Amino acid sequence: MMKRNQLILGDKNLKDITDDICAPVETVPGKGWVALFLSAKGLLIFYLFVLGMVMANGMGLLGVNHPNAWGTMIVTFVFWIGIGHAGTLISAILFLFRQKWRTSVARTAEAMTVFAVMTAGLFPLLHTGRPWLDFWLFPYPNQRGPLWVNFRSPLLWDVFAVSTYATVSIVFWYIGLVPDFATIADRAKNKIRKTVYGALSLGWRGTAKNWSHYEMLYLILAGLSTPLVLSVHTIVSFDFAVAGLPGWHTTIFPPYFVAGAIFSGFAMVVTLMTFVRIGFPQFKDYITIDHMEVMNKIIMTTGLMVGYAYASEFFIAWYSGNPYERYVFMNRAGLPGTSGDYAWSYWMMVTCNVLIPQIFWMKWARRSIPMMFIVSIFVNIGMWFERFVITITSLHNDFLPSNWGNYAWSIWDAGVLIGSFGMFLTLFLLYLRLFPAISIAEIKPVLPVGRDDHKGGH
Amino acid sequence: MAKSLPGIAAIFEDEYKVVEAARKSRDLGMTKFDAISPYPIHGMEEACGIKRSVIPYITFGAALVGLGVGLFITWYTSVVDWPINVGGKPLFSLPAFIPIMFELTVLFAALSSVAALFYYTGMPRINPPVIDPDLTSHKFAIFVPENETGYDVQKLESFYKGLGATEVKKVAEY
Repeated sequence: MMKRNQLILGDKNLKDITDDICAPVETVPGKGWVALFLSAKGLLIFYLFVLGMVMANGMGLLGVNHPNAWGTMIVTFVFWIGIGHAGTLISAILFLFRQKWRTSVARTAEAMTVFAVMTAGLFPLLHTGRPWLDFWLFPYPNQRGPLWVNFRSPLLWDVFAVSTYATVSIVFWYIGLVPDFATIADRAKNKIRKTVYGALSLGWRGTAKNWSHYEMLYLILAGLSTPLVLSVHTIVSFDFAVAGLPGWHTTIFPPYFVAGAIFSGFAMVVTLMTFVRIGFPQFKDYITIDHMEVMNKIIMTTGLMVGYAYASEFFIAWYSGNPYERYVFMNRAGLPGTSGDYAWSYWMMVTCNVLIPQIFWMKWARRSIPMMFIVSIFVNIGMWFERFVITITSLHNDFLPSNWGNYAWSIWDAGVLIGSFGMFLTLFLLYLRLFPAISIAEIKPVLPVGRDDHKGGH
Repeated sequence: MAKSLPGIAAIFEDEYKVVEAARKSRDLGMTKFDAISPYPIHGMEEACGIKRSVIPYITFGAALVGLGVGLFITWYTSVVDWPINVGGKPLFSLPAFIPIMFELTVLFAALSSVAALFYYTGMPRINPPVIDPDLTSHKFAIFVPENETGYDVQKLESFYKGLGATEVKKVAEY
């Protein structure tokens, strides 16, 4: 039988695990963290300024125009929502498949999900142009006649999908944190920390009866999150696929979007985990090279799926015989006889998402931290461009040449895109210092995996 | 939800010892004791004789309610209260309502399951009694309340010491 590698290195006992994981919460942050935090916060303040300007002056500040009614905000919304999917995949789907390696990365991946969904959620709200009226999105009895939201619209499905997803992922994440908050509260020497984490732990005691209910709830939430996460990006893809526009109106969109979401999300997990390993060296025993390698394999697999979807779209465009559909795809790739205005973004997407991850066929690349960091950054860039390609190349040249026009990218578009990272990174950096970044209660039961010294029972 | 009672607690430092102690306690005919551990222990439910959690039934019920609410709200708004004729298409267009019904099913099921956990574990609770702060880190315990059948401090102390408890102490309430 093949011997499994140890999931947790360094021959630790239970107390070492508690000490290691609680350390970032219980110590004063170092210069590195403070520098990163101040930069992220600076970017967040810049972001607030940009969003304030967009709200005060209207959507015209961004490059949206006729015929490109959807632009950076929608592109970046899909980008961030997609990132969130990897967290739920790791925390829920891999849990149902009993993948024990997930425990080391699940908590941080879920945090990433929550923050990515928060970052994403702002965009459609602001893109309405009058965000102060966004409560109209929800069906509630009102005095504007019997005026209800349109339940047949994919945009409204999206409101329900994204808000349910945000709620359930926050609850799932918090339930996972409850026993760990109790651990921190019990260890605390400092009165404020004891009170705050004691309150956050909701009075958790860890009796066998409590654990029995708790484990059942965790299983149920994992089971509910699994179809939920698939539904969210499916519904996001309906925003496009239900429209009649060539380049959008295809049945491949739901699986294509879900695969792309997992692809981009894992790339973001790898990016963040390389930083976590540098910032907190004691976590290298928990988030080992083996963990990173498994995630790189998922990146490569989903990258191939996305590549297959790109090819399939072209094939169907040719096979359908629909001249508009054919034109959109030839135009995307910049083939002769088309304007090819955005061919550069298409080839950038193909290079970043399909070609570059192929290096992960080689084991050394999957296990090299600098290499996986570089690839994950390219994938993040490529996946943003994928959404840009889908949105803009389909809109800018539709049926009538007299209706064609290019997206008017402005500095405010760039500000929105870059600033959104400020919001995400500020939240993420705070999380690393305030919450236990690895699940203490979940990692302890997987401690014996790959070890020889099994004591007693089991 | 059990009330807080005084009793005694036996502290253990190894997982297998506390599982063994729970099993032996049950063999002795005790039913009200509880085991405390920093993480869920495989086999502990069986050792303590804990029945399967009822939360899944609540989840299922709540899921059905969510599905019904989703169906009702889409039907009522689109057919009864604000019917709009779009190219002669049916007012009750069920396929278009499925995403809403699905999302509400999941939302109701998830939030009700969490509410059920809170109900069964007595959370949230301010200032829960703490037997030993290490019980959420690296130690394990068996707590026996004073209303347990055959509760006898002396006897239980030697019983648990014999099973490898490092410490047996009285607890004012748990």
